[in-house]
Amino acid sequence: MPARRAERTARLLAVLLVLGLPLGLLLARLISDRSSPVVEIHARMPHDGGFLPGEIQAVAGEPLRLRLVSDDVLHGFAVGQTDFPEIDLYPGQTVETTLVFDQPGRYTYVCTRWCGPDHWRMRGVIDVRPAAGETALPPAADPPLYLELGLDLDAPHPARVTPASRPAAVTGIELPGRYRSQDYLRAASPAQVWEALRSDPVTHGMDDEQVWGLVAGLWQESTTPQRLEQGRELYARSCAACHGETGTGDGVFASQHARDAERSDHAGAVEGHASPGGAVDGHAIEAPADFTDPENMLGAAPALLHGKIVRGGMGTGMPYWGTVFSDDQIWMLVEYLWTFQFDLEEGK
Amino acid sequence: MTKLDLLRFPLIKTLLRSRWPQFLVRLLALAGFVLAVLAGLLGTPVGSRSFAIVFVWILCWALLMLAAVPLFGRGWCSVCPIPMPGEWAQQGALLGPLQTMTARWRLGRPWPRRLRGIWMQNAAFVLVALFSARVLTTPLVSALVLGAFLLVALVTSLIFERRAFCRYLCPVGGFIGLYSQLAPLELRVRNTAVCASHREKTCYNGSLEGPYAGYGCPWGAFPGGLVRNTSCGLCMECLRTCPHDNIALNLRLPGADLEQRRGRGLDEAYKGLIMLGSALAYSAVMLGPWGALKAAAFAVGSLPWLGYALGFLTLVLGVLPGLFLLAAAAGQRLAGRPLDRRSLKQAFAQNAVALVPLGLAAWAAFSLAFAASSLTYIPVALSDPFGWGWDLFGGAGVGWTPLMSGAVPPLQVIVLAGGILWAARSAVDVQGGRAALPVIGFCLLAGAGLLWLLVG
Repeated sequence: MPARRAERTARLLAVLLVLGLPLGLLLARLISDRSSPVVEIHARMPHDGGFLPGEIQAVAGEPLRLRLVSDDVLHGFAVGQTDFPEIDLYPGQTVETTLVFDQPGRYTYVCTRWCGPDHWRMRGVIDVRPAAGETALPPAADPPLYLELGLDLDAPHPARVTPASRPAAVTGIELPGRYRSQDYLRAASPAQVWEALRSDPVTHGMDDEQVWGLVAGLWQESTTPQRLEQGRELYARSCAACHGETGTGDGVFASQHARDAERSDHAGAVEGHASPGGAVDGHAIEAPADFTDPENMLGAAPALLHGKIVRGGMGTGMPYWGTVFSDDQIWMLVEYLWTFQFDLEEGK
Repeated sequence: MTKLDLLRFPLIKTLLRSRWPQFLVRLLALAGFVLAVLAGLLGTPVGSRSFAIVFVWILCWALLMLAAVPLFGRGWCSVCPIPMPGEWAQQGALLGPLQTMTARWRLGRPWPRRLRGIWMQNAAFVLVALFSARVLTTPLVSALVLGAFLLVALVTSLIFERRAFCRYLCPVGGFIGLYSQLAPLELRVRNTAVCASHREKTCYNGSLEGPYAGYGCPWGAFPGGLVRNTSCGLCMECLRTCPHDNIALNLRLPGADLEQRRGRGLDEAYKGLIMLGSALAYSAVMLGPWGALKAAAFAVGSLPWLGYALGFLTLVLGVLPGLFLLAAAAGQRLAGRPLDRRSLKQAFAQNAVALVPLGLAAWAAFSLAFAASSLTYIPVALSDPFGWGWDLFGGAGVGWTPLMSGAVPPLQVIVLAGGILWAARSAVDVQGGRAALPVIGFCLLAGAGLLWLLVG
């Protein structure tokens, strides 16, 4: 082949291969994305950005195609208050899924795998607009019970009385019907119920510990083993990392919170959130609550615990779950929390 | 010594003399290189899913250390894509010379005399090694480094003559040249008398004449004077320009170059020590169980990284050279030779020949570990080079599985033992008798360290 022709051929090949190959690949991606629109969500550890983007738009009834990928560690993806399956996101592995929202509204998507100390901050929002031609929004949710009852979630709630030992549930004793009312049991703390029972003639002849057994029995009868099991699962996945498997507040990230609390105390003394002595006022980082502490737990009404889970800790480090869990899921979680105080699996 | 001249086989001679096979292989390599850079810049930040990391630092590096260098010496250099754009710009052509030898827009300066040798390559390797925990695992950083190689090679070609980047700057070429002395392949002339009587020396000056058109040795070497592989890039240009059919590509006994005493300088000695030290450091950081060390090496710019960097520099530029100097001096003393500065310098440089087989064995053993455990990344990176969820060849779903995990430790022991024995033999060749014991002791110490890190 004459030298000039060979040179021309070589140059053509060079342009085709060296420029054409990568450009062709990039073009293929562009065309593929344009033909079928997809929203790409990158999951990163919260200090690196969390979910990117953190806000997505969708239309009720129309498919929302998502391409999810983790850019660092194992993450998870779930949309709160929906039945969409949870998706694990392994580093670098792209997962595609399509969601269809029946109802308009704001949905929260969360990371479901503990990815770091600020894992609980890793959330995003899907803003689902009504379908074309429809303007009606779904009815607003009922306000949480603590608001109706006027409970102050941040006020201390020490129990005036506590049992000498962990009460086992006692059932089968005839008690006035009001003690079994769901409204009553959700609004009153176990200590308040104990005081009411103690002064009720039906408990004449029982000692204090036996009355605690009745209280535990009422708590057992207000739930079921299936609900407790679901509550246990929710707790293990979402709460145990901070509050600990044993509920004592010694979860794997508890030390991080303790460090943040210490820093927050010092900062709070300057910013006015806490006294110079370090006492917290419910708005500075705290160590995770100890659910095995009877003085604290038995003075809390279920509605108060429900409210804390819904609203979060307002700067204490406790996340809010009101947009992530359904109302029933939160009640199941609350019912499970009492197993740290009462032997609810025992009894009839 | 028995040698087999491969160019006596017409097919091999035709394939190597023709520019097309080499050009096509290099072009393919360049396309892969460009793809790697793009994957690093635009693709996933997860290293194990990125073409940039998997193909460059896992596949190509393992092939280099386990096959290309031990078997073909500087064979990789003959198909390396990095200098290609620079060569095209310098020569004004992609294949052979057209009407003129070089393009108008290059300066063609000779490389400064003071910067000759491989000191610059030593420095370049140490510089990259300091950041290697990020370079080898983070696609974006890797892409920037590879892109920088390409840019530096291009600029160098526009300012200086020939393949100055390859000969004097490339950090990879530095150790390929050193270890090419062990390869069973060499390019030499058949008859030096023919070269002596050839006035034009077209192998060095180039030629525009018909069937012998070609460039003067891009590596700045005179083929007639080659006695070692270190500065011959196997580009085959001299094969094209020699009008007397005087070039031979010989199969020979491995390590024949180690017997050569000429041309051994401190730069090569330090290269051997830098490579040995780096193998030790990489084994500790990349394959060791010390999380704090990994974290320090990764956190570039932080105080722990500074500590790691200082430790690394102290090891490769201080501790190892210091120990080796002591060993060389002790050998001199045992042999009854003088200990003046000049003699010590010579002993240091000559004894460093033992570091060549030891160093390659160290890198081969290290590469066995990461290659075997990372092979299953290859189909994934090929099918989804950018980590965008593609599956071009059906391999994107292959899960990670370490392969041959039972076979790797025994292989590493065999390779390291082989390296130590070869190093000991080389030391005896240099010093003779018991005077070689201190250097052998040094090699044993280094080898034991590697064994402990890799297998222990």
